[in-house]
Amino acid sequence: MAEIRITYAAKTFGTYTALSDINLTVADQEFMVLLGASGCGKTTLLRIIAGLETASEGEVWIGGRRVDHLPPRERGIAMVFQNYAVFPHLTVFENIGFGLRMKKLPQAEVRERVERTAALMHIEGLLGRYSGELSGGQRQRVAVARALAMEPDVILMDEPLSNLDALLRLEMRAELKGVLAASRTTAIYVTHDQVEAMSLADRISVMHGGRIVQAAAPIEVYRNPAAEFVAGFIGNPPMNFLPATTAGAGVWTVAGVPMAGPTADRATLKFAIRPEDLRPADQGLQATAKVVEPLGAHLLVTCDVAGHLFRAVLDSDLVVRPGDVLTLAPLPERIRWFDPDTTLAIA
Amino acid sequence: MTAATPAGRPASDARRAGRLVYLAVVGLLCAWVLVPIYFLLVNTLSSPEAVNNFPKAFWPEFDLASLTFFAQFAGMLKALTNSVLVAALTMVMSILIGAPAGYALSRFDFPGKAAFRLLVMLTRAFPLPLLALPLAVMFIQTGLDDTIFGLALVHTTLALPFAVLITFSLFSGIPIELEESAWTLGCTRLSAFIKVVLPLILPGITASAIFAFVISWNEVFAAAVLTIENRTLTAFLLQNLDTSPLHLKFAGGFILVVPALVFIFAVRKYLFAMWGIANR
Amino acid sequence: MTPRYLPYLLILPVTLFLGLFFLYPFVLVAMQAFDGGGRFSLENFQEVVDYWKFPISLRNTLLLAAAVVPVQLALALLMATMVTRMQKGRDLVLYIWTIPLGISDLAAGIIWLAIFEQSGFLNSMMSGLGLIDRPMNLLSYQNLGLAFLAIALAEIWRATAIMLVILVAGIGLIPKEYYEAAEVFGASPWQRFIRITLPLLRPSLQTALILRVILAFEVFAVVAALGGTLFPVLMSQTYAYQFELLNGGAAAAVALIILAISIAATLVILRVLRVPKGATI
Repeated sequence: MAEIRITYAAKTFGTYTALSDINLTVADQEFMVLLGASGCGKTTLLRIIAGLETASEGEVWIGGRRVDHLPPRERGIAMVFQNYAVFPHLTVFENIGFGLRMKKLPQAEVRERVERTAALMHIEGLLGRYSGELSGGQRQRVAVARALAMEPDVILMDEPLSNLDALLRLEMRAELKGVLAASRTTAIYVTHDQVEAMSLADRISVMHGGRIVQAAAPIEVYRNPAAEFVAGFIGNPPMNFLPATTAGAGVWTVAGVPMAGPTADRATLKFAIRPEDLRPADQGLQATAKVVEPLGAHLLVTCDVAGHLFRAVLDSDLVVRPGDVLTLAPLPERIRWFDPDTTLAIA
Repeated sequence: MTAATPAGRPASDARRAGRLVYLAVVGLLCAWVLVPIYFLLVNTLSSPEAVNNFPKAFWPEFDLASLTFFAQFAGMLKALTNSVLVAALTMVMSILIGAPAGYALSRFDFPGKAAFRLLVMLTRAFPLPLLALPLAVMFIQTGLDDTIFGLALVHTTLALPFAVLITFSLFSGIPIELEESAWTLGCTRLSAFIKVVLPLILPGITASAIFAFVISWNEVFAAAVLTIENRTLTAFLLQNLDTSPLHLKFAGGFILVVPALVFIFAVRKYLFAMWGIANR
Repeated sequence: MTPRYLPYLLILPVTLFLGLFFLYPFVLVAMQAFDGGGRFSLENFQEVVDYWKFPISLRNTLLLAAAVVPVQLALALLMATMVTRMQKGRDLVLYIWTIPLGISDLAAGIIWLAIFEQSGFLNSMMSGLGLIDRPMNLLSYQNLGLAFLAIALAEIWRATAIMLVILVAGIGLIPKEYYEAAEVFGASPWQRFIRITLPLLRPSLQTALILRVILAFEVFAVVAALGGTLFPVLMSQTYAYQFELLNGGAAAAVALIILAISIAATLVILRVLRVPKGATI
């Protein structure tokens, strides 16, 4: 059982608070992604789970054991580092087998595991080489193979794809997903790339300012963001926000257009809709097109709606010129509402 | 929420003991370096009688008699001046000659670069004082024998590899983009260098100069071989080792040591930078 | 914008200078060593090797190097690893430990003379502790072993800093991530030292050892200060030939012998500590 539980963890560096009030549970064999911008604390949290940092407060449990006083090698984890940390003075074979040799496994088993993992990562032909002779992508595969060879309870990954070029990143993403699913290991993956997060995760923990803002399945985070931050971070282009004023019970005025909304004892709310959830219609928001980008698969129009920046993703067959005024109707079930003071979503 | 106490720390006593041992060893090694210098200080600040006395006191008398004797010893002050002059000349020459090469190595790729680097490395690895012998002959023929300038030339040869290496690492630390943007803004290569690069590396160049000064100041063999009338301090002390009284030796040693303490302090950051680059 | 000859112009001063004051004298030394009355001959070498002091000085030089260099390497490694893990006080300790770098070998010899000479601090301490009644003449023919020890101590004291600086710089080049990866994959602190630090330190170890060994074969002023004629080494032989015996050819021959053993040692070190291609940081 390699369930991970973190309770009430916090971390301060002097006067700087990197993490506060972290409560996280990762189920056995779940793929959890920690997503956030740089400085949000995701790498710090990963390193605390690994044992490379100690939390200032709170507990870390792995597989039913309390581990926060244990060094990394006693936690049953393996890690893939952002810059791979492939030992330059050892061959690929020796790198992949490093952890196994530390565990003093018999030579035959080391060989078997190394060759099997290398084949899994398609690098069986490179076993005799040194890291200086490998490309970045190859080194990354060695780093992953090294972690997998340990057959760990938990595998931790710190932005492993961020140093690869775009095409390679795409390929590796798919490969990683397949390999990790087959290995049935609990995985925690840190990234700032929300596309990676959406693609790989069973669940995403969106982090901001040292806290976990929302932890849910990708589609849930996408459709029902728990806070404005999440709504603006997930999805490219990000969600649109417009101020809404009350116009009666359950009715709100958004850029001069009445919309059905929640009953709330407030004068103002924030209205949010994703660019791809807008359709041209006879009735709706009046949007003046400013910049039109034909992206091939669709049309990205940056507009002005009552003085606010507003983006719409429309069918690529549409013809729009800068200056045109479009009428855009939001899909009613996709509208989201947020409290302007707390930035939290309103059900 | 109160922080939960970690379940059991059996290793912390061992860790604390380990830490004590660590600190003790560090302290011991520091004493190992400092105590002998302290002894020299004691001797220097003692009267000549105390220096020759037994047993020695471990606390200086703060008597300046040894130092005054040293200063008045025939030829001593002149030797001191010579040392300073030679070192200063070495400092200037090694920077003026070495810095352009350091710049060339960091900015350009040219055929013969590897050979040039090899030459510089070779100079550093070779027992240079041995070259004082033929140079002595060469100097006699050119009239440079027993001159400050002649010795400074030899010392510059000693210091050049370090000057080139340090300036190389300094220039490598300045992105070429800074110079390039100066070129687009109207500078020539030279004026860009003077206005943009020079101010940034001035502290490093100073360190390199000080390093060259120390190398020259401390050098013994070549100084002994190449100077007779115009001895430097090191040559002077060496030649008088058998005949000079103890307190003279110690006072001389002390004068040799003091600049080193100051200089190493000024230069320490660059020592590591230099070797860091050289090791790549 | 850049004339093609610019780099050559910039390296010209150094090349000329080194050519004139290094390569040319080197050739002269070589020529003089092999010169026997105007023709190529090995008689200078013959004379040098036949001299009764030669085997002694050769043995002394090698012995001193063999005794001192390994101790310094271990000490410098210890100091380098200790200092890399320090946080506060690191600057101060590093400064103290590198002070000997700026101290001339002559001054170092004088410093240890203060300790070992007859009315010196070692004798004072021993008499203070009641171990002896009269000061011992430590640096005399009767105590050759002690003289050797004194010289060795002075050399260790003086020259460890050179290796320390190189090793600290080398350790600084090792990215922290390698240690973390090794830790995650099961290596204890000692294993991390043996399997990560030492192998990745190879280029620095090479440089430090080569430099130190070459300097060790040139040892001169420390020996002169502490031992005088008690402990002849190759360099003091060179000096004596040149100035006391006025035999330039022999002096040149000894110089070349020193060069030869330096080169031999360098080649051995380069071979033993070689780094496979592609295996550097």
